[in-house]
Amino acid sequence: MLTSRALIRGLQSGLWRGVSSTSALQAGHGKAVDMMDCTVPQYNNRLDTPLPDVPFVTILDAGQEKLKEKEKGPWSSLSKEEKLALYRMNFELTYPEMRKGSHEWKTVVAGMLFFLGFSGLLVWWQRIYVFGDVPHTLSPEWVEKQTQRMIDMRVNPVDGFTSKWDYEKKQWK
Amino acid sequence: MSLQKPIMRGLLAKRLRFHLPIAFALSLIAAAAFKYGVTEPRKQAYADFYKQYDAMKEFNGMKEAGIFESVRPSGE
Repeated sequence: MLTSRALIRGLQSGLWRGVSSTSALQAGHGKAVDMMDCTVPQYNNRLDTPLPDVPFVTILDAGQEKLKEKEKGPWSSLSKEEKLALYRMNFELTYPEMRKGSHEWKTVVAGMLFFLGFSGLLVWWQRIYVFGDVPHTLSPEWVEKQTQRMIDMRVNPVDGFTSKWDYEKKQWK
Repeated sequence: MSLQKPIMRGLLAKRLRFHLPIAFALSLIAAAAFKYGVTEPRKQAYADFYKQYDAMKEFNGMKEAGIFESVRPSGE
């Protein structure tokens, strides 16, 4: 039972991993995301780290090489598109793009509720097929005798149990 | 296109200046609500109960109901 549920979660995370790894990432690093080299500094999109350790794109093609050469000169000679291209070479996402968020929470809540419901079914089955009978002290006759005895003993007469019982009329208030 | 220099210091102080009075106010309100919603009514309930309380009457009622072991109902 438990292993099958772990299997499903593993499948789901594999699905999501495929969605999150874009071709742009592979262009920058030259290999699949599953085999990150953690011995070298990594690029990251984090709100609290404005300047990551390495630029996003490290393997430059011919056009990007030419741009990098032009960057060594005066920046006023760069056009707006060239400045944006240089930005995108250094950074994958802008701050607004990082803050954007996604619709993932809906999947998460849906999965959570689904498995909660499934657990409910299991608990129901267990109640019917596993548990034995409830103790005799919970039968209605016993509870009736118990309640009468509690009233006789004046249990919690100020704020609690027998404060709700009318001793003159012999009924609940 | 030069940006304004952001605030570098006193960030915690600024946050506390805003949040501490609110925190104190809410705590006092919570305490007052509990006092006047729970403890005062409870004290009043106890006072009212014991104003008209007759211990012997209650004892005899319990005795006749038969819950005591040291003294049985008058019938037995």
